[in-house]
Amino acid sequence: MDTETMAAETRAKRPIRWHVGVFLAPAVLVYTAFMILPLFGTLQLSLFRNIEQSQVFVGLGNFRTLFGDPNWSVNFWNALRNNVWFFVIHMLVQNPIGILLAALLSSPKLRFTAFYRTAIFVPTILSFVIVGFAWKLILSPIWGVAPHLMDFVGLKSFFTPWLGKEQYALTALSLVSVWQFVGIPMMLIYAALLSIPDEVIEAAECDGVTGMAQFWKIKLPLILPSIGIISILTFVGNFNAFDLIYTAQGALAGPNYSTDILGTFLYRAFFGFQLQVGDPNMGAAIATIMFLIILAGVCVYLFLVQTRLRRYQF
Amino acid sequence: MKTKLLTALLLGTSILGTTGMALAEDVTLNIESWRGDDLTIWKDKLIPAFEAKNPGIKVVFAPSAPTEYDAALGAKLAAGSAGDLITCRPFDKSLELFKKGNLADISSLPGMENFSPVAKAAWQTDDGKSSFCVPMASVIHGFIYNKDAFDKLGLKVPTTNEEFYAVLDKIKADGTYIPMAMGTKDLWEAATMGYQNIGPNYWKGEEGRAALIKGEQKLTDPQWVEPYKELAKWKPYLGDGFEAQTYPDSQNLFTLGRAAIYPAGSWEIGLFNTQAQFKMGAFPPPVQKAGDTCYISDHTDIGMGLNAASKHPEEAKKFLSWVASPDFATIYANALPGFFSLNSTPVKMEDPLAQEFVSWRGKCKSTIRSTYQILSRGTPNLENETWVESANVINGTDTPEAAAKKLQDGLDSWYKPAK
Repeated sequence: MDTETMAAETRAKRPIRWHVGVFLAPAVLVYTAFMILPLFGTLQLSLFRNIEQSQVFVGLGNFRTLFGDPNWSVNFWNALRNNVWFFVIHMLVQNPIGILLAALLSSPKLRFTAFYRTAIFVPTILSFVIVGFAWKLILSPIWGVAPHLMDFVGLKSFFTPWLGKEQYALTALSLVSVWQFVGIPMMLIYAALLSIPDEVIEAAECDGVTGMAQFWKIKLPLILPSIGIISILTFVGNFNAFDLIYTAQGALAGPNYSTDILGTFLYRAFFGFQLQVGDPNMGAAIATIMFLIILAGVCVYLFLVQTRLRRYQF
Repeated sequence: MKTKLLTALLLGTSILGTTGMALAEDVTLNIESWRGDDLTIWKDKLIPAFEAKNPGIKVVFAPSAPTEYDAALGAKLAAGSAGDLITCRPFDKSLELFKKGNLADISSLPGMENFSPVAKAAWQTDDGKSSFCVPMASVIHGFIYNKDAFDKLGLKVPTTNEEFYAVLDKIKADGTYIPMAMGTKDLWEAATMGYQNIGPNYWKGEEGRAALIKGEQKLTDPQWVEPYKELAKWKPYLGDGFEAQTYPDSQNLFTLGRAAIYPAGSWEIGLFNTQAQFKMGAFPPPVQKAGDTCYISDHTDIGMGLNAASKHPEEAKKFLSWVASPDFATIYANALPGFFSLNSTPVKMEDPLAQEFVSWRGKCKSTIRSTYQILSRGTPNLENETWVESANVINGTDTPEAAAKKLQDGLDSWYKPAK
């Protein structure tokens, strides 16, 4: 018998690989039960409306209300605009700082890297409630340390009650969120930087590419896929955000809805607030739009960005 | 040996069995509530008082967090696991439960005759025909002031607007105290302690509120804009950075003695009594001219109803009748100074500050918050918008007229009063 027929026979004899299904089952079942079914439940809910205590199918009626009725659409566009600004701040501040920190940490000359790494990452594992509350205290014009610290360095005149001013509140909260989550891009980029083989770096050094040029010309192209992943994580995280705004500003996302993002808008619609009775159908419609926005963003990334990223195999 | 063990076991089970039966004869009623703060009062004072008079009925007070209460209650009611007695939020939240058939009609419950129509209004159908919760307590708005500070600066309690601003000016000129402790960060302070506090004097309480519901008055009418104009004048008297001052901040500023006047709701009394180290007094919202009739916001805030699916409706009704009795009112009002009984029988209270608040009922006309009945049913929600606009007016980002117009436009978009 030659080797080819032998291989064919073993192929034919190979039993059905049950273990693959068995191993996949828990994850698939849990994911289906807790993510996919509720998702379709939400989509379904958004097509109905509660009329006279019974659910009536209204097709896209809820979406027509959401975009056509100024009582809803004004709030929706406001929330979407704020959410985009929230995302822009994260992309412009959180991710560059994360990359910078990772680059500094991976420098062999830096001491206490483990300490810095941990210290910068710790806020990420804190609860939103703690972060929201702590920053509310820090920035408090009455008991906060921020006005005192700024007084020390003579910048007291620049202090304003940021969280209470329409023009600053959203930016201030975005920066708080950046402070909390800067550890995640840092860690991912740090891991990517560490995985760059020394040979590549040595080769670069032999060719006289060192220092900043080395980072821009050698390392940055190699970590681009990681930056792509971080961008999409930031995008999904920001458009699902809710907790920080809710804990710091309350469900009405004051002042004057200036910090209202899609998450808080959804919360008010779905669960109601104070005297506002919740409307699960409109809430589901907003949730569906959020889902579509995120889906669109992820698709853009997958089909336009990721396919063009060059991957390097070492 | 074996048989002995068996008999012992059998005996044991029989004893356990009978005790089990004895327990089963007791009916246990569960109370759903968002008032976790009141847990000890219920456990130590109210429930024992009821159980002593009604052997065989056990009552358990099972509160959940205020922010989760409505959602949790809704889920429990849907699942059939909710308690027999349900603490009622005022107006639409409870009305909705009644319409869904979750709350039983208790119009004919013995004890309901102890309440005035205004007290019952918060838990009635729009036509006033069926009641579904026993009114438990109301809260009154006014201003609490630091008596020591007033004495030190030689200030008199203001009764008119003019005196009110004169007092504020003097406190500001002296500089020791922040004239008024209020922030706009949490929005509701501005609306509830601000607009709804001073407003009734302008729109003449129930008269204006009813006219607004009937569509005879508009929020853009002078009597509804005027309170906003007053709020706009408060700005210079608030503390530094009041835009980011939260509700607990305001409470602390006042109880630490750093602020002289606190626009208040009577629910603060209990907390302030334990925290403030100085003497406190209270005055009702100042009237426009000396001699004007005064109006106060005496807002029905909390009631109790019967779960329509309760397995022990008779016992639960017995409990509700007791809640409607003057006995309950006396214990409750004294245990929670600042939550005033709505019972027509006057209740004797020990706390001087609470007495001061409740004494206004005698000389002023009572009303409830203007946005609560019917007007907050649609989108945009009038109550929420009132919070936002009141804060905007104080922050100076909206003029009183613009704020009123926004509110009225929002209301017009869905509310068509029957003419």
